[in-house]
Amino acid sequence: MAGERIGAWGRGKRPLRINVFDEFRRQYAWQIRELGFMVRLLGRNPSAVAGFAIIAGMVAMALAAPVLAPFNPIQISLGDRLLPPGGAHWFGTDELGRDILTRVMYGARISLWIGVIVVVIAGGLGAVIGAVSGYLGRRFDDLIMRVMDVILSFPPLVLAMALAAALGPSLNNAILAVAFVMIPKFARMVRGEALAVKEKQFIAAARASGAGSLWIVWHHVLPNCLSSVIVLGTLILGETILIAASLSFIGLGAQPPTPEWGAMISVGRKFLMDQWWYATFPGVFILVTVIGFNIFGDALRDVLDPRIRR
Amino acid sequence: MGAVVEAQNLIKHFPIRSGFLGRRVAYLKAVDGVSFSVERGETLGLVGESGCGKTTVGHLVLNLLTPDRGSVRFKGVDVRHLRGKALRALRRNIQVVFQDPHSSLDPRMLVKKTVGAPLAVNRLARGAELVQRVKAMLAEVGLNEEHVYRYPHEFSGGQRQRIGIARALITGPEFVVFDEPTSALDVSVQAQILNLVKELQRRHGYAYLFISHDLGVVKHMSHRIAVMYLGIIVETAASDSLFAAPLHPYTRALMNALPEPDPARRTMRALLAGDVPSPVHLPPGCRFHPRCPEVQGICTQRAPELREVKPGHRAACHLYR
Repeated sequence: MAGERIGAWGRGKRPLRINVFDEFRRQYAWQIRELGFMVRLLGRNPSAVAGFAIIAGMVAMALAAPVLAPFNPIQISLGDRLLPPGGAHWFGTDELGRDILTRVMYGARISLWIGVIVVVIAGGLGAVIGAVSGYLGRRFDDLIMRVMDVILSFPPLVLAMALAAALGPSLNNAILAVAFVMIPKFARMVRGEALAVKEKQFIAAARASGAGSLWIVWHHVLPNCLSSVIVLGTLILGETILIAASLSFIGLGAQPPTPEWGAMISVGRKFLMDQWWYATFPGVFILVTVIGFNIFGDALRDVLDPRIRR
Repeated sequence: MGAVVEAQNLIKHFPIRSGFLGRRVAYLKAVDGVSFSVERGETLGLVGESGCGKTTVGHLVLNLLTPDRGSVRFKGVDVRHLRGKALRALRRNIQVVFQDPHSSLDPRMLVKKTVGAPLAVNRLARGAELVQRVKAMLAEVGLNEEHVYRYPHEFSGGQRQRIGIARALITGPEFVVFDEPTSALDVSVQAQILNLVKELQRRHGYAYLFISHDLGVVKHMSHRIAVMYLGIIVETAASDSLFAAPLHPYTRALMNALPEPDPARRTMRALLAGDVPSPVHLPPGCRFHPRCPEVQGICTQRAPELREVKPGHRAACHLYR
């Protein structure tokens, strides 16, 4: 039985699954080669490797939290209040006797999740707004870009705070607020790229063959902006985590007992004089994660930008 | 036989804006009264120096630009009045091949999608049928069926131009504009592409508007030729007639500039002096008079009209009255 299967995978008749895979490989041969090339370039870049290692470590930690974490993140155990690092509690415990290492690990899930969701929402909306604005141009472009300028003129944290406060303190509202603040950053950049793409002859060719503006934006303009959006997204992800943690710190983001890094620092601050470990460990993790995304994003930009590349 | 495409007195002036409020300070008279017609199976060559407005004429005919005045008629119907379904039908019947095969193909789009786009946006085919038609079209322009899943950067300049031609012809248009389709190519590749274009016309009876600055290429391609200078047509005639006896001094100067392979036949050349005047500040009278070797008094006073000098051969020059 097993022998038959192995035979089918060999030279003779190939099962359908393989053919589909071959078709896929043929169709995307260029992307696969390009991806391999990029990975090799990134591998040669030490800061990219370091950034990637940090991000991968954080993601692995977040995913494996239920398996790896030694305790329950929200189980109160008043007998173990404010224990210093050591023994069973490597990072110590908080004022309700919860293990800080456990809470930091679960906190990674929330912070990374916020970062990804915000970048997907803000990147998606920002890219579409920017592409349409840049492609259509004229009055529409003026209007949209002035609105974006207004949003950009506020410090992101202040605006996100105001929005989150107006929407009411909750994690979802904090996500919406941060996403809103980040939209103009994507929109501005994509608009700039759209202005360049718009002048290409393939746009005129598409128009001559009857394509509408939306078709052109979707099939020509956005794909040509994609790599810059990915780079910017990586950089924004770090910033987002920081802002989301700040919102939680002032009580506008994750609500207790959710183990969120910013919220933990907020409470731990009160104990900073005598129990340094409470606020320090979540803070270190925010710092390392943000640095990881920033240096990886920088390296990715260097690799994806063909002007620097060849 | 009725003309497939007919342009009547096309005028396109681009405003030049300046200052904070974008005041219109002047107009660039890119196309200043151009008329022509192209019949089925016929190639009209449009030749002129850079900046004479030939590309703008192409864009007007393609409905990529709207003329300030004048009209483009497709089979007798003014294209400006078309909306919706009829406009779609027009788009599919009038197609274009652009000059630069690098900029005219989206680097992030598979050949399948680039060539299939006119079918897709006009809802003529999709899915497997679309792929089938793309493959058939690629074969027709001399490419391989396997090229459907490749990206433009994997092709040479000549192959890219074939892809551009395939995209233009896949909807089975009646009229195709070629905007300097070979000026970015090597001479040997040029000849292949030109012959392919001619062969496709012989097979399918397309009407072509062939825009080029290269008189040699235009001679090879065209049945009739229109010579443009600063936004107007200065001479138009059947290809043979024009090359046998060019009438307008500008046309003669262009022909003198062609390389002559036989040294014995080389003559003293009356090459053009000076630059093309700015299309913003046109010279009074005949536009060509500042550079014309046969300029007369009247040339600075009155602009000559395009009139029939010999049967089928028209020129806009005061020499022929």
